[in-house]
Amino acid sequence: MSDVIRIRKGLDIKLLGEAVKKISKITTDKFALKPADFNGVFPKLSVKEGDEVKAGSPLFFDKYRENIIFTSPVSGKVSEIYRGEKRKILEVRIQTDEKMNYESFDAADPLKLSKEEILQKLLKSGIWSYIRQRPYSIIADPKDQPKAIIISGFDSAPLAPDYNFILEKQEKAFLTGIDALSKLTAGKIHITTRSGQAVAVAFSNAKGVVHHAVTGPHPSGNVGIQIHHIDPVGKGEIVWFVNPQAVATIGKLFLEGRYDASKVIALTGSEIKNPQYFEVVNGIQLSPFFKEQPKLTEVRYISGNVLTGTKVDKNGFLGFYDDQLTVIPEGNYHEFIGWALPRLNKFSFSKSFFSWLNPGKKYRLDTNLNGGRRAFVLTGQYEKVFPMDIYPMQLLKAILARDIDQMENLGIYEVDEEDFALCEFIDASKTDMQAIVREGLDFIRKEMAG
Amino acid sequence: MKAVRKYLDKVKPQFQKGGRFEKFHSTFDAFETFLFVPDTVTIKGSHIRDPLDMKRTMSVVIIALMPALLFGMWNVGYQYHLSVGSEAGIWENFWFGFLKVLPIIIVSYVSGLGVEFIFAQYRGHEVNEGFLVSGMLIPLIVPVNIPLWMVAVATIFAVTIGKEAFGGTGMNIFNPALLTRAFLFFAYPAQITGDLVWISGLTGNAQVVDGFSGATPLSSAALGMFDKIPPLSDLFFGFIPGSIGETSKLAILIGAFILLATGIGSWRIMLSTLLGGIIMTLIFNAFGANEYMKIDALTQIMLGGFLFGAVFMATDPVTASQTNRGKWIYGFLTGVFAILIRVFNPAYPEGMMLAILLMNTFAPLIDYYVVQANIKKRLKRVKLAVENK
Repeated sequence: MSDVIRIRKGLDIKLLGEAVKKISKITTDKFALKPADFNGVFPKLSVKEGDEVKAGSPLFFDKYRENIIFTSPVSGKVSEIYRGEKRKILEVRIQTDEKMNYESFDAADPLKLSKEEILQKLLKSGIWSYIRQRPYSIIADPKDQPKAIIISGFDSAPLAPDYNFILEKQEKAFLTGIDALSKLTAGKIHITTRSGQAVAVAFSNAKGVVHHAVTGPHPSGNVGIQIHHIDPVGKGEIVWFVNPQAVATIGKLFLEGRYDASKVIALTGSEIKNPQYFEVVNGIQLSPFFKEQPKLTEVRYISGNVLTGTKVDKNGFLGFYDDQLTVIPEGNYHEFIGWALPRLNKFSFSKSFFSWLNPGKKYRLDTNLNGGRRAFVLTGQYEKVFPMDIYPMQLLKAILARDIDQMENLGIYEVDEEDFALCEFIDASKTDMQAIVREGLDFIRKEMAG
Repeated sequence: MKAVRKYLDKVKPQFQKGGRFEKFHSTFDAFETFLFVPDTVTIKGSHIRDPLDMKRTMSVVIIALMPALLFGMWNVGYQYHLSVGSEAGIWENFWFGFLKVLPIIIVSYVSGLGVEFIFAQYRGHEVNEGFLVSGMLIPLIVPVNIPLWMVAVATIFAVTIGKEAFGGTGMNIFNPALLTRAFLFFAYPAQITGDLVWISGLTGNAQVVDGFSGATPLSSAALGMFDKIPPLSDLFFGFIPGSIGETSKLAILIGAFILLATGIGSWRIMLSTLLGGIIMTLIFNAFGANEYMKIDALTQIMLGGFLFGAVFMATDPVTASQTNRGKWIYGFLTGVFAILIRVFNPAYPEGMMLAILLMNTFAPLIDYYVVQANIKKRLKRVKLAVENK
């Protein structure tokens, strides 16, 4: 029997272009790993251009935590180390060869292995990087004792993929992954699913875990919101979180003894003609997805969802933690006295527009900022989409003032940038809150280390 | 519209850095963004953004003020014709009032926005929309006979010292419109109190009909002439002398409805202010030590600027409490103090202005304690977790 967590505050933004439940395979010969996908990681290369690699071979590691390594999702040749300003490593690109060769990490039953052996396997294969922690949303530290591990079985973001569908045939891998994770914590493993929905057997058959049913609008699927309601993170406490597909990836490491970086992603958005699911290998180049000419000339390609995703180039690569691609129109146009018009084609949280009269309507929203940046003026708005016992605006102000005590007091360890995405969406002052929260988290992590 | 856009694009470079009119960049930007929603796209964070912006927010408030303004204009004409004992139709009354009120609106906007534009340019910011509301509120809370130069001086004072000195819209402690009124109130008391200022022309040599006093119901009450308080229906519909926008409670309620339906105004503050006023009156009723204390709650709320203040002034998000719990306390105390000042201080017939300004001062303190309670809860949880280990 599972308890129900009711999230009352939040907002579901209904967009056009939801993926139909059909999985096709898609592949190409270019893949890449982007160090920027990993918060707080300073990459040191283990390979140079021209090196041969297998799936599971190290590409780079974190300068400050050398045991955390990042491995190639495919086999082939390192075709390019793509650098940006100040020679910052942006992408390690791999050109695949004909067939997939895997590094062997030896299959084994995780229940028969010690915690140390499991850690070693995960670290060596690079799969460790799928396990992240709160606070800071960085890759977990194998030395830590997390008080819990949380797996959110659903994503509530706009057009998000349905993990019940994705994990339909992955039961064995998922359950093996849970077995492995169960050895890593003395605390509980929490699995959350959407209440009142048919749940994938992978989730319902998981043993030795605590099941939670969650109801309510986005951000109810965010691990930060869920953990806040299950077992809040205080100062000095650590909770690990893993994406459900990554649990299956961990499972496959123990079942097959190799790093199988394949996963299913949803291709979504109003500018996609046939939105659906695809089976891909992580880090895939995105050009084959966007072969078809979009309906518009200027569109934005996003790895992830519209609230928290990363803008990518048409020929860019899939983000490491992203299970979704979204394409929406760019909004670089002027709208004549737009602020005064009814604007029936726009979706707004505010009742000063009329979208609330038509709750079922799905929208084609663009990237226009819809106004100019201002100081914080309105109050009591963010709280409506921020289902935590935290004062969002006061916390943001503490971050802007770099006031560490106040940040801690107001609960910075419990939040992540994605939790502020809806506040950022509805904000009439157009503040870039996610960036502010990230700065605050990075700042406080640095101060704590020093 | 394309022609306008083309023209703007053509002249835009001259207003940008290095251009001929560089010094008017903020001014140009204000007008450009007024005409067209800018073509800026999201760079960081959420890729889509709500179409609600500050311009929209502020225009909703201005729309909500329209009933009070339009009625106020009509009432200026109506009261004038009443005072000279002549008959006039609806449009005649309105036109008379329109001509009297329009100059005040223009002076308020020009002087206030002038200061805003200068500071925006000096700081390199975009012009903030906050004053669009303040500039409309100011004409509504002054007597019709106020000399225009006083409006200008008071507005410039309020915007400069009350707002820009603190860092502009969003940083100010006091409601700028009320600060304007407070400045007038203390600097030029003769022009904002008494019986003569509320009716157009009364300060001049107009031929007033016998027995017409021009006193507001509130000043009658302050002088102990409770029999001069008009019937409730007059108070409700607003056929009484008073500040331009405060008289018709019906018009104010229409505005309140717009603010609440759109979610722009805080229902917590409106409701708790009302509750504060009613409860304070009931307490006075219970004592009933003098005639003023015996006035019933409904009349108290209908008198003077109580309702206008509760709906449009106390709800200013910047100067009110910013936490939801704090809003309850803030609003309640505003209501309490407004009635308290009214009843106990005969020197100030209306307590609402001072009550709100006083609570503006305390709003950060209220928020501090509300936030502190949240902090304590968190610390307790952490302590508990440590003990359980």
